[in-house]
Amino acid sequence: MFDELRDLYQEVIFDHNRNPRNFRVMADADRKVEGFNPLCGDRLTLYLKMTGDVIDDASFQGSGCAISTASVSLMTEIVKGKTEQEAEELFKKFHEMTTGKSEPIKLEALGKLAVLAGVREYPARVKCATLAWHTLDAALKNEQKPVSTE
Amino acid sequence: MTNFPVEKIRADFPILAEKIHHKPLVYLDNAATCQKPQAVIDSISYLYSHDYANVHRGVHTLSVRSTDKFEAAREKIKAFINAGSTKEIIFTRGATEAINLVAQTYGRASLKAGDEILITAMEHHSNIVPWQMLCQQTGAVLQVAPINLQGELVFSEFERLISDKTRIIAVSHMSNALGTINPVKPIIAAAHAQHIPVLLDGAQAIPHMAIDVQALDCDFYVFSGHKLYGPTGVGVLYGKQALLEAMPPYQGGGDMIRKVTFLETEYNALPYKFEAGTPSIADVVGLGAAIDYLQAIGMPTIAAYEAELLAYATAEAKQIKQLRPIGEAAEKGAILSFVLDKIHPHDIGTMLDSLGIAIRAGHHCAMPVMDFFQVPATARASFAMYNTKQEIDVLMAGIKSLIEVFG
Repeated sequence: MFDELRDLYQEVIFDHNRNPRNFRVMADADRKVEGFNPLCGDRLTLYLKMTGDVIDDASFQGSGCAISTASVSLMTEIVKGKTEQEAEELFKKFHEMTTGKSEPIKLEALGKLAVLAGVREYPARVKCATLAWHTLDAALKNEQKPVSTE
Repeated sequence: MTNFPVEKIRADFPILAEKIHHKPLVYLDNAATCQKPQAVIDSISYLYSHDYANVHRGVHTLSVRSTDKFEAAREKIKAFINAGSTKEIIFTRGATEAINLVAQTYGRASLKAGDEILITAMEHHSNIVPWQMLCQQTGAVLQVAPINLQGELVFSEFERLISDKTRIIAVSHMSNALGTINPVKPIIAAAHAQHIPVLLDGAQAIPHMAIDVQALDCDFYVFSGHKLYGPTGVGVLYGKQALLEAMPPYQGGGDMIRKVTFLETEYNALPYKFEAGTPSIADVVGLGAAIDYLQAIGMPTIAAYEAELLAYATAEAKQIKQLRPIGEAAEKGAILSFVLDKIHPHDIGTMLDSLGIAIRAGHHCAMPVMDFFQVPATARASFAMYNTKQEIDVLMAGIKSLIEVFG
């Protein structure tokens, strides 16, 4: 029935929405930043545990749509063990993939995150996918104030 | 329901024949804005093709024709809401501007520090923010009457909040997020017992029921044209003549003046005193055409049909166990606001859109209402006279299959 949405709602997204990974409060987090999308009410708190410039652990809490939940869940998986610089590189690539500013996108560099490439065809939903990454960007820059997509 | 000529009405709305994602459009976002009948589209096109010039200022033929059509629309609106005089019908850009007008003229002239403005917890931002701005300007205090879990005003609390400091009461006639129809007659009676004027925000109510401002005895009534099957860019402020006469003007400019020198300006009479600048002429004419269209069907007939649609949709929604309705007032207009277990309204909105169904997903410009029900957003199906039971079936089938897909 929802054939046309297959590119947007891939099975991986449903899976991460049903069972979000790293969905927990991190009591001993080094970085904690809140992200908020005022248009749809998506809210998340991102936690990072750092050793030097390496992300040892990442987790989150919050509520949002399937796209935003899957995006933050996938992100916490993929950034673990990455350096700050590597994570920022990924953010840049993810941003290009979802906003479609550079063609063609090298999906292989994004691994599992490529399942979110479909949002570029849905302008109303791009911010759902990018909220997690903007929040990560703020956390890496050690900003304290909440991130808003507006 | 069988007597209501819904198929004939649907044929008058060209957009309803559109296909969205190769499927017939099911337009259920009427509380955001209504679609337009051909008569409205044609009236605008005809004006620009044959009768258009600026109003109230030319002696030439087209200016006279344009002015006649413009003022005829004012007459139609007066009759539609049963105002006593066309002097009481002020054209604005919409309901929002009409509320701002009252806040910035009546409000600024009569409120001082410590005075109170009373609204309800179900208001949308347009009936909250203008009053907050007025509070900042005057030192007045905003009081908010609570609602219950059905989404109804708690009337005893509302009455308790009316004090000897209350200077104006502003209440939505019908809530956009919940569908609740407020008990406006008792509200107005309680307010008038203390000599407090009442503004009714009729943006949602006006397409769904017959409005009689004299029977209601409200002091101000505001609405937007685009929610009444008319164009965007035009709205109406009704105000009792004595109140409007006493109020200072809103914006300054052409049309609202009688005589201007650099020393002083003499303001024009009602309603022009509040209509500075060239108005949205074609949109006003289009709104007049929308009212003609509605009058031919009859508002009580429309209200009865929509009540049946809402009852059907509510009963069908109850069959879906994962669905929680938001707003279950005993007195309700044709709005079904809901949330689904573990499925965010934005996912509902995108998935239904792929089936050709347009609903609203979000906070409906009523964030305090969302906070009260502890939801980030809701999905909202809002019905109009051109919707059908079959469309409600399509909606319900769509909701059931997306619940399945999300597992």
